[in-house]
Amino acid sequence: MNADGQALDGRALDGRAVILGRIRRALGPDRDAPPVPRDYAPASLEVGTPELIALFAERMEGAHATVRRVHDAEVAAAVADIAGRRGLRRIITPPGLDRRWRPEAGAEWLADDPPLTTGQVEGADAVLTAATVAAADSGTLVLDGGPGQGRRVLSLLPDAMIVVLRAGQVVADFPAAVARMDPARPLTVVSGPSATVDIELSRVDGVHGPRELDVVIIEDAAAEPPLAGGRG
Amino acid sequence: MPPFPEAAAHALRDSQQRHNLHKATRTIRAKRDALVAERDDWEQLRLSAEAIKNRTLAHLDEYLLQFEEAATAAGATVHWAPEAESANRIVAGLAIDAGADEVVKAKSMTTEEIGLDRALAAAGVDAFETDLAALIVQLAGDVPSHIVVPAIHRNRAEIRQIFEQNMGAFGRPAPDGMTDDPASLAAAARAHLREKFLRSDVAVTGANFAVAETGTLMLVESEGNGRMCVTMPKTLISVVGIEKIIPTWRDTEVFLQLLARSATGERMNPYTSTWTGVHRAGSGSGASVIDGPEQVHIVLLDEGRTDVLADPAGRSALRCIRCAACLNVCPVYSRTGGHAYGSVYPGPIGAVLTPQLRGLRSEQDRNLPYASSLCGACFDACPVRIPIPHLLTHLRAEVVDDEPAFPPSPERVAMKAASAMFGRPAAMGLGERLAGLAHKVIRGGPDATVPSVPGLAGWFGSRDVAVPPAESFSNWWSRTDGGTRESGDGR
Repeated sequence: MNADGQALDGRALDGRAVILGRIRRALGPDRDAPPVPRDYAPASLEVGTPELIALFAERMEGAHATVRRVHDAEVAAAVADIAGRRGLRRIITPPGLDRRWRPEAGAEWLADDPPLTTGQVEGADAVLTAATVAAADSGTLVLDGGPGQGRRVLSLLPDAMIVVLRAGQVVADFPAAVARMDPARPLTVVSGPSATVDIELSRVDGVHGPRELDVVIIEDAAAEPPLAGGRG
Repeated sequence: MPPFPEAAAHALRDSQQRHNLHKATRTIRAKRDALVAERDDWEQLRLSAEAIKNRTLAHLDEYLLQFEEAATAAGATVHWAPEAESANRIVAGLAIDAGADEVVKAKSMTTEEIGLDRALAAAGVDAFETDLAALIVQLAGDVPSHIVVPAIHRNRAEIRQIFEQNMGAFGRPAPDGMTDDPASLAAAARAHLREKFLRSDVAVTGANFAVAETGTLMLVESEGNGRMCVTMPKTLISVVGIEKIIPTWRDTEVFLQLLARSATGERMNPYTSTWTGVHRAGSGSGASVIDGPEQVHIVLLDEGRTDVLADPAGRSALRCIRCAACLNVCPVYSRTGGHAYGSVYPGPIGAVLTPQLRGLRSEQDRNLPYASSLCGACFDACPVRIPIPHLLTHLRAEVVDDEPAFPPSPERVAMKAASAMFGRPAAMGLGERLAGLAHKVIRGGPDATVPSVPGLAGWFGSRDVAVPPAESFSNWWSRTDGGTRESGDGR
């Protein structure tokens, strides 16, 4: 198609050399680009204050999730209540999840250790998972596959997702969250349940990901769990 | 596909489509405006995004090499495709090597642009679109009419009919009780696609951003079909235009704060997934397992982008992050819809990007820069500050300069004469005296207009041109010494 794709003897050059050659001819030697201004609101240092938790809850609920604020000892009871109300009976727990978050009765617990089959994950009603960080102003939480979060598929196939956040994981804004994300990990950034606006721009929840998203925030917990180490 | 003026006239006669578009673009505009107003630093975010993209483009070769090195180190395989054909060949070859006769696809305008679905079909591989709107378009045998919501031109009743008639031919048929309620239609799509996600070994996606520093790809979406594609299959192939590069991980904070607000009027889209090569899951007590695909391929695509890069003015169109905010505010797009533009990139950005990518050769591409009223709303809405109105006039000039000088059109002759006259005072004076003569010939009342001039009937047909005055301004000035001797030497 383009003469650039052929070497003089007619052999196809490798694509990299072709594209890089075209770019260098297009740009020439003069590569001046002005410096990047970053005058937008800087990442806030505020973490886990009651005001931030309230803002996060408001924004998450605005995206059709539910948010509960509990004390450290009340997580299991909150999870049991969510499971009971939504009729969740088979619930997956990723490796490394804080055992105290799991109520003793009311549900069958499927530990992903050794890894469950896709059929088992698909057959579960919900996943109970930790998270890495949450941004209040955008109503966003982030999973990175670390302890208590597990493989991506665990929070993808089941119809419901229960996320437990520690107050110290809630940062003010998205730039502050980006600073705490490790791009070497498989990141899933979640702002509400799965949704579509593809039909007449009218919002429908739950197309492929979880239809129901329940978030439990431990108001008196720092960012890291008391015993387990940092992120894996 | 006919050129825009003809295609637009046809589209405007479709009153159902006009109604659907009006409703949808008005809805999305209102949501976007409300959320943009919430950010005091919106202009600063736009300026930063513009500068990041300009910097990327000025050093594109270096950033691409940096991206390749980082992605490869993380376990991905990077391919380089100078043209659509090579990209299609690479993807089909990878799918066949993986033993697949079908692939699932997350919505990708880039793969629409290169006609990947057709190329895969020719290679014996079925491609199933999994984004709801892309599924609607595919099942209808249609083409996308919007960058973010490709089925924006369809209403719920039409979509129900498309699902009822065509879902069964591609897999699980529409359920009996399906109504035209969007929730019911979305549920039918969920059931139809779930079996495909669970059995497909290969997924094909695009990417919104490719981070040079880390080798990370990023997919921004709402439904979770993108998450399915980057999680379930063994092999993941992503076709990424070379302009999708951004230099650093931190840069994602700028673009993710701009994109959802501009695209769908949300603070943040429901899901964004990132992947950096092949991921190993943190193991429990057992052996370490792969989290997501075992094989990660990235196809870097040129297909005309370096031609756009070669024009220092036109280059700014490569900053586009495909949010479609310019479509939603455009008085032309919101009436004609996307099909009239004859490209997967419609609306104002399409009118400047498509002819640059394809090269202003066809009648269709030469007409696209005129598909605008130059009102400027597109620039105001653009999160990366692409000066679309300026690019439109820049491209119009290229189209005109490129036109053959012979045979000369009457308009061109008139413009040439005017240019010669304005350039020489003597000729100008002569022209003014001739205009005075024309006044005596045409006459008429104070508001009289020139009826027409032989050879320029078309031009005068749509313009009211005042009859020239009896005396020119410069003549009046010298006669009255700038009005100080108003009576002058009499007339």
